Amino acid sequence: MEQYFLIIFIFAIAALLGFELITKVPPTLHTPLMSGSNAISGITIVGAIMASTGDGFLIQAVAFLAVTLAMINVVGGYTVTDRMLGSFKKKEKK
Amino acid sequence: MIYLYLLATLFFVFGIKRLTHVRTCASGNRLSEIGMAIAIVTTLIIFSDQVNWAVLVAGIVVGSGIGLVLAKRTPTTQMPELVAALNGFGGIASALVAMAEVLKGVAANDALPAGAAARSIADAGPVGAVATLAAILIGMVTLTGSFVAYGKLSGKKLSHPLEGSARHGLHLLLGLGAIALGAWMCFSTGGATTAAMLLLAALAAVLGVFLVMPIGGADMPVVVSLLNSYSGVAAAFAGFVIDNPLLVVVGSLVGASGLILTQIMCKAMNRSLGNVLLGGMGEESVAEDARDYTNIKSAGPEEVAMLLDGVSSVIFVPGYGLAVAQAQHVVKELADLLIARGCEVRYAIHPVAGRMPGHMNVLLAESDVPYDQLWEMERINGEFKNTDVVIVVGANDVVNPAARESSGPIAGMPILDVDQARTVVVVKRSLSPGYAGIKNPLFELDNTLMVFSDAKAALEGMVKELKDL
Repeated sequence: MEQYFLIIFIFAIAALLGFELITKVPPTLHTPLMSGSNAISGITIVGAIMASTGDGFLIQAVAFLAVTLAMINVVGGYTVTDRMLGSFKKKEKK
Repeated sequence: MIYLYLLATLFFVFGIKRLTHVRTCASGNRLSEIGMAIAIVTTLIIFSDQVNWAVLVAGIVVGSGIGLVLAKRTPTTQMPELVAALNGFGGIASALVAMAEVLKGVAANDALPAGAAARSIADAGPVGAVATLAAILIGMVTLTGSFVAYGKLSGKKLSHPLEGSARHGLHLLLGLGAIALGAWMCFSTGGATTAAMLLLAALAAVLGVFLVMPIGGADMPVVVSLLNSYSGVAAAFAGFVIDNPLLVVVGSLVGASGLILTQIMCKAMNRSLGNVLLGGMGEESVAEDARDYTNIKSAGPEEVAMLLDGVSSVIFVPGYGLAVAQAQHVVKELADLLIARGCEVRYAIHPVAGRMPGHMNVLLAESDVPYDQLWEMERINGEFKNTDVVIVVGANDVVNPAARESSGPIAGMPILDVDQARTVVVVKRSLSPGYAGIKNPLFELDNTLMVFSDAKAALEGMVKELKDL
């Protein structure tokens, strides 16, 4: 249990930070914010990369799937968020 | 190397922070992209001599390719659906990370010399065992739940086969079954662990489908936001499983901020989260009843065109119907025609109009509607009484005067005061209620004209008639 103390601690602190980070968000930004944080949850790509350190066909197959799906989440998420935000920026300049 | 992880985390934190303000949002997303790049490269460097590069490169290339194509090709109207789908992919990726770790444990047991005791997942401690179970369970629920949300957002009717207590019973049974399978997975060794893991994943996938099914289509934005929070939590648990602090920190960050965003959205719609999740006011429970209405005046596009001839101010109120009909370009065309005739044109944007908050802004920006014509609710509400014609396109509850009553499902919800305008034209396919499932007295007012049609067809008709006048 002790080995996990530190990691549980940072889990709790990070969650608190997440709660505090978002207070007032203009409705216009709800969708981009959701999309942007969706892209961030693709951080699991780090775990997917680590998965490929295992041996055996099955593990490698799972790792490949995990990396592919996480990359779809990361690349797709950021690109679509940029698109949404881009359409706002264009308008404001005019 | 751990400092690079810290750096990546900082980029994410400030990225999210900047995403919450209009002026800084674009740079916020850029920051978080940089954070992600740092995280990926750092991980590749740390494990460079242990990873299977062929698998990694193939996965990264294929995944990035699919992600890019999806994000670039998807029309703006379908962005909410896309976000739902992407979120599902993230969820299953976290589940797979935990599953790979389980398989590694099984393989390590197989490699033990004869006579040595095999170690189960539970032997490694309770935290790891619970995290493994949770990552697989939440990840798979996120996957299938997101795809049901995707289906509902694209207009498919998916209803739950069961009602009332039988429905809750089924969900409880599936949940308990998943936990039992998870326990079996944690305490068994060898092939049994693998089998239990796969069954757990399958059961969780089924649970995800049933959980989202009873929730009404109009509540999907909240569901997608909640599932977004789930995929963060799944990533955090996957981080516990593989003992990676970056995953834990960033996952719980997204999990918590996603939860807050979900709550903010609920508040904007005047709903409680529990209410949404139980599907109490979902669209499935609504009976369409046109007979409740009296004093309905309906009109065709040509009558509206005649009405629009010579007016000096028009306000459009876009709603979900506009998005469904993909009518954002036609509405712009009609607006341009009116402006050319010397009429003042504005758009009234209700905070929760459309399928997602901010949906209308994205949609109208796509068809090049100038930013200064989009007026937010507080700013435009005083303007309606000096307006000749208000055209409500596919919106319902956000213009329902019933919200001003002291009781009722939407009592107290802020609305656009369109009924104060001289004439209100409502473009709507039928008299069916919106997601709140209640009657809209606006339709019965003497100054209201109903145009029963698909938004795009109706607006195209008005454009044509107005050109012919």
